[in-house]
Amino acid sequence: MIIEIVIALGIVAGTSLVLIGSLGLMRFDDLYCRLHGPTASTTLGMGSLLIASTLHFISAGDPSLHELVVTGFLFLTAPASAHMVAKAALHLRVHSVTRPPRPEAQDAFPETAARGPSSSDPDRLPTLRDDC
Amino acid sequence: MIAAALLFGFGAVSVSLLLCLYRVIAGPDLPDRIVALDTLYINGIALLVLVGISFNDSVYFESAVLIAMMGFVSTVAWCKHVIRGTIID
Repeated sequence: MIIEIVIALGIVAGTSLVLIGSLGLMRFDDLYCRLHGPTASTTLGMGSLLIASTLHFISAGDPSLHELVVTGFLFLTAPASAHMVAKAALHLRVHSVTRPPRPEAQDAFPETAARGPSSSDPDRLPTLRDDC
Repeated sequence: MIAAALLFGFGAVSVSLLLCLYRVIAGPDLPDRIVALDTLYINGIALLVLVGISFNDSVYFESAVLIAMMGFVSTVAWCKHVIRGTIID
């Protein structure tokens, strides 16, 4: 009885997190915001759902390792695929809603920022070359 | 109790599949479509897990493992093709 409650809670929590992740994928404004929903929320929901499935098959007397394999694989590959998608988006110069940070907002070292190439015009947006 | 949770789960995963399909069709850029297809196969794995619990049959997890591996490889291959122009260089 207790384990049925735990399994039902795992299924409900997992599928709710999957739905929240897809809702974030649909609703956010920007690709770089949209990347967070599937990467964090959907992966966590899949972990909860697969743990519930493992408990169900243990309580049914047919334990198997496939759910744990899928859980580990998803938790390992979600950051890697998100990193690759972000690299592809930066390569394609995908439009970002928020402005990039101003040059004077990041002068933690004022003596280098004073002779930097961007100190002459503070309104100029930083290009890709400034960061490298 | 598990039956009611499974009913809720089927509904939620189906709605999230539709949301991902919207982003695949209407995504303004190519990386949007890559992210949406990535989320779509993860939602497919969730649906397979729910079907496996519902039918009390563990043979569906074999296909879940295969979908997880092939989906990751296809996402990385598409991103490599966008970045480099080739996949294996």
